[in-house]
Amino acid sequence: MAPSEVSGSAADPDGLEDRLRRFATIWSRAVFPVTATSLTRVEIEQHLLPLARQLSESLHAHTFDARAVQKIGGALIDAHCTDPEALSRTLGVIDAYLVLYCGDPGVEGRGADQAAEDSRARCARLQHALAAGYAYGLRERTRAEQEAIAHSSLAARNAAVSALHATETRLRAVFEGAAIGIAIADLEGNILEVNETLTRMFGGLEQHVRGKKVTEWSHPEDRPHVWQLYRELVRGEREHFRVEKPFFRNDGTVLWTNLTVSLLRDADGRPQYQLALLEDTTERRLLHLRLRYEATHDALTGLPNRTLFFERLEKALSGGEGSRFGLCYLDLDGFKAVNDSLGHATGDRLLVEVADRLQSCATAPGEMVARLGGDEFVALTTGPDTEHEVDELAARILSALASPIRVDGREFTVRGSIGIVEGPAGERTTAEVLRSADITMYRAKSAGGNRYETADPEADARAITRHGLTTALPAALERGEFFIEYQPLVDMCDGKVHGAEALVRWCHPQHGVLGPDQFIPLAEHTGLIIPLGRWVLQEAVRQARYWQEHHADLGPVRINVNLSPTQLQHPGLVKETVAVLEGSGLAPGSLCLEVTESALIGADEGLLRPLRQLAELGVDIALDDFGTGYSNLANLRRLPVSILKLDRSFTKGMQHLPVDPVDLKIVEGIVSLAHSLELAVTVEGVETGAQADQLRELGCDTAQGWYYARPGPPEKLHALSLADAV
Amino acid sequence: MERPAWAPPGIDISVPSVSRMYDYYLGGSHNFEVDREAARKVLEFMPGLPKAMQANRAFMRRVVNFAVGRGVTQFLDIGSGIPTFGNVHEVARNADPDACVVYVDHDPVAVAHGQAVLGDDPKATVLAADLRRPQQILESPEVAEVLDLNQPVALLLLAVLHFVDDEEDPYKAVRQLRDALPSGSLIAVTHMSYDTVPVPREQAEGVVGVYRGTRSPLISRSREQIANFFEGYEMVEPGLVSMPQWRPDSPTEQEDPYAFAGFAGVGRKA
Repeated sequence: MAPSEVSGSAADPDGLEDRLRRFATIWSRAVFPVTATSLTRVEIEQHLLPLARQLSESLHAHTFDARAVQKIGGALIDAHCTDPEALSRTLGVIDAYLVLYCGDPGVEGRGADQAAEDSRARCARLQHALAAGYAYGLRERTRAEQEAIAHSSLAARNAAVSALHATETRLRAVFEGAAIGIAIADLEGNILEVNETLTRMFGGLEQHVRGKKVTEWSHPEDRPHVWQLYRELVRGEREHFRVEKPFFRNDGTVLWTNLTVSLLRDADGRPQYQLALLEDTTERRLLHLRLRYEATHDALTGLPNRTLFFERLEKALSGGEGSRFGLCYLDLDGFKAVNDSLGHATGDRLLVEVADRLQSCATAPGEMVARLGGDEFVALTTGPDTEHEVDELAARILSALASPIRVDGREFTVRGSIGIVEGPAGERTTAEVLRSADITMYRAKSAGGNRYETADPEADARAITRHGLTTALPAALERGEFFIEYQPLVDMCDGKVHGAEALVRWCHPQHGVLGPDQFIPLAEHTGLIIPLGRWVLQEAVRQARYWQEHHADLGPVRINVNLSPTQLQHPGLVKETVAVLEGSGLAPGSLCLEVTESALIGADEGLLRPLRQLAELGVDIALDDFGTGYSNLANLRRLPVSILKLDRSFTKGMQHLPVDPVDLKIVEGIVSLAHSLELAVTVEGVETGAQADQLRELGCDTAQGWYYARPGPPEKLHALSLADAV
Repeated sequence: MERPAWAPPGIDISVPSVSRMYDYYLGGSHNFEVDREAARKVLEFMPGLPKAMQANRAFMRRVVNFAVGRGVTQFLDIGSGIPTFGNVHEVARNADPDACVVYVDHDPVAVAHGQAVLGDDPKATVLAADLRRPQQILESPEVAEVLDLNQPVALLLLAVLHFVDDEEDPYKAVRQLRDALPSGSLIAVTHMSYDTVPVPREQAEGVVGVYRGTRSPLISRSREQIANFFEGYEMVEPGLVSMPQWRPDSPTEQEDPYAFAGFAGVGRKA
């Protein structure tokens, strides 16, 4: 422990200063263990040193100053020696060491005894004063600190109370200003408190809401479990629930809400109140209903639309055991013509009237009518007896349409074709049912319309194949699935092959080889006939040129190629044909284009012009299937044709002897007529020798048929001609 | 941002407060009978506890002087309790008159008392906030006004972390505080630990039992666990030691055995 440098008497070990320091050291050692100060003992000692000096001075003062000594006691409190043990130890140190270290050593003898006695007495008084000063200081400090802490806790409480007040004000503002209705009720259901919003939601009169019971808030459209949830909540078995719930407003109208009810418990966790939060969803609900209505109904007729119909059909098809469905798929006959000729406004009015009539046909439960779009409608019936109900429904629909409809001062007779699909639920998808109904409706339409047909699986299958082929056609052309067979044309005078008809075939990957009857109409329908026809022409012309070049022995072989009605109308016909001929080097006179009689019925000059141009170039034009349409003989003269191909139906009666005399007369007449018009005659379907002989006799120029050869690959033609030559 | 003045959890002086108990241990009268009753029970189990508190105060003094000596004159004292003699700002200003201090406590009475003691001192203030929500402390207007968080700060967490349960993740809270402070900052921690208390373990657990009755149960942690509070900071010599052993001013052999309870250390952000 370093002696204090400030003390000037460090050099004198027995000097007063040094004795005071030693006294302070003893004192600090005594009190330090019972202090709570953060100071070190040395620091305490330095703190006590001036006090020791004051003690010494008081010991020697001429007059004893009790106040000065009391201050020393107070200074101990200031040094945080607040433990009473510190006082006890201080008094002990003073008693034992003060006189010893600070007494007057200069007096001796009897005077010395007197002096020592005086010092003892002074020391005792000094201790009394110090103890009093300590007690006084401690009392003051304790009072001050108690007051301070009480003050602080009061301040903290006030702060908490004003925060609570602010919170309460805010909560009150939230309660009153909330956009949702809030109500508080006790567990018996007595409504204790409602906010402004809730009052407004109920129609504006507070007394109609407050004071009521929650149980009066029931509504016939309440979900059955709502009041079950409520009872669980007030019994304390549930903390909250949320439901969609309607209420009656004061004026009797309905208020729809999202309702959340929560249980409020007291501090001990016992159920105390219920809190209801109500969000007004009335408008949203109405809007939703309106949107839903608009989304599921046809704007023109007001009938359910496609969406709603499919929902219902879906539901009907997923019905349980024993439930059946019946569907009428109606398409108006010839409606497009009405729209085209009289305009859409009239067409629309007609549809509205049709919709009304249809609606009146399906009024029983489980029945519905919907408009799918355009002039397509559906009527659906469900239940166990749809098997005969659906036929009645279809009959009702046709009869409802039977009487003329008056629109814009005109009367229209509307007819429709109906496809019926009926069956048990759970077997087919909506898409399958609709496709079947569509196919069946087309069957009714192609059977003349104004009728209904019932779906049957075989007809469906055919139509489905037709559908499949149509979609497969474009890819088939790209993949080279088509090929050509050639059927020889035989000169009836010398029996020699002088040409062949090109017949296109489709080698279908699943269905095998298909004849033109099976796919040409489809190609016509989709427009694929144009590229397909072009390919056939190119291929056949190339083949004819090949024969001419490599089999000169055959003579000038001719090639017949069929033209479909669509090709006939194609603007590039002449140009493309010329290009193909020029590309191959085949003479135009070696090509014969076959056109069906029906394609030329009523043909105007515009349609005939390309044919005329081709004929002028030297291409032969043959009138195919002659005699099957309403042959306009007068018209024959102005057609640019040079050959008549007599339909096989005329030659059929000549296959076997005796020959039908009427057929004989007809053929004879036609040949004579043709020849007088300078037209050559080709006969098809020659199957027997007798037939061939007969036709030769009648003057036919060329023949084709199985008697001579079936259609086959190009090599066979060569072989045939060789055989023929032999 | 001004937050809505939702009511604080409540001022209930019928529940003992750890800061007022602490004041009692130090011989103060900033306490009520409930606090004294609880504190007396603690003293039955650990009669020498005030000496540990005293050692904690002494450590605080040395740390504050150490910080000022390293040029760190900003102090953030979290869990400051009832202001009593020899407060951080008094010690700090003794060393540097410009030192700034923010005291933080979650006891509203301690905060109110602190406000009364500090008055409108511009360089020392007290903030009612919770160590468990450090962002509220760091983003408080009090901290913004008194401290410059771009300059080194001495973060004091003295005898407070042993009142935060692991479930409340004191490590995360302390990490957020450490991360918010700039390079050169210091963190000082004192923490109680069973292993170092000079009484049998059952007796120490008796103390824990008393504190369970306060709002701040006492949590003992091992030296290793306490060391984790300094993660990412370099330990200042002599590392994590008992309180009297940390850079003593005078020989430690005279210290009371209770002064050696718990661990103390200072870390520095590089």
